[in-house]
Amino acid sequence: MAQSAAPAPSTPAIPEVAPLSLKEIAPWAAFVGILMLVLLYFVGAEQGATSLIAGEDVHEWVHDGRHLLGFPCH
Amino acid sequence: MNLVNPVSVRALLVRGMLAGLITGALALVTAYLLGEPHVDAAIAFEEAHSHDHGDGGVELVSRTMQATGGLATGILVYGVALGGIAALAFCVALGRIGRFGPRATAALVALGAFVAVFLVPFLKYPANPPAVGDPDTLDQRTALFFLMIALSVLLAVGAVILGRRLAPRLGNWHATVAAGAALVVAIGLAYAFLPAGGNVPEGFPATLLWEFRLASLAVELVLWTGFGLVFGELAERLLTPKEAPAGHKADPAAVTPAA
Repeated sequence: MAQSAAPAPSTPAIPEVAPLSLKEIAPWAAFVGILMLVLLYFVGAEQGATSLIAGEDVHEWVHDGRHLLGFPCH
Repeated sequence: MNLVNPVSVRALLVRGMLAGLITGALALVTAYLLGEPHVDAAIAFEEAHSHDHGDGGVELVSRTMQATGGLATGILVYGVALGGIAALAFCVALGRIGRFGPRATAALVALGAFVAVFLVPFLKYPANPPAVGDPDTLDQRTALFFLMIALSVLLAVGAVILGRRLAPRLGNWHATVAAGAALVVAIGLAYAFLPAGGNVPEGFPATLLWEFRLASLAVELVLWTGFGLVFGELAERLLTPKEAPAGHKADPAAVTPAA
């Protein structure tokens, strides 16, 4: 390989990238993916149409972010 | 070469969440500078025109806190959470959507996420400032908004799979165009059949609504552009080990005889 006579620029600019094993991704997607969706629920929807926690504190705290990120707020 | 990449999903996930935090901070600055003046103006309109809000004005969180700490919490958590999810999407996409390196794959994933998670739902159910949207229809609007996001993401994933299936027959370019056209038609049908969004109260300034929505678009544009660039850089460094020593050895050897 090092003795190759071809000049460096002739090697392909974009080498093929090996994919990651789906089996390795699956558990991360299941646990962390769902955790992230729960976070998004609390930022985007909690104490709006549905409430897991009583009151209005979560809604009021993230109120401006909810509006600006496009979630229906009230 | 169909070897499985040894880089761990965990390492990419951590980088995705970190990139989401960094770019979330940029989006936060954008939201504070471009968005907050319109939120304040909309609240002023709401207070001037409300009939049933005269209940003593019990304020759980002050406007100052909503516009600073509250806004920061919302946008940073949103950035980290979507950064993590986008990193997982990157893990699946890498090496599977064509001959793209880590940086280009990250840029494409960020573009896809911006379009599928934000832009497509936004064009049907755009962001609304305070005072716009009837509280009595909140349940329905929330359900439709999340349905639109789910539909948009599923259709986008479907289009990518369709494109990969068509590529051997049509070639990469035409397969991408065909899958993109199918996606546009499917989204157009969803737009046509889903019920219309909110109602704007009488007398609400059209300019304010327009500028608020532009600010919302700007926040998401900054978030996803930043994510694509920052995460792409982090992923590139992780996935492409430095070949500097070999390059340095080759360079003087090539230069010396010529000089």
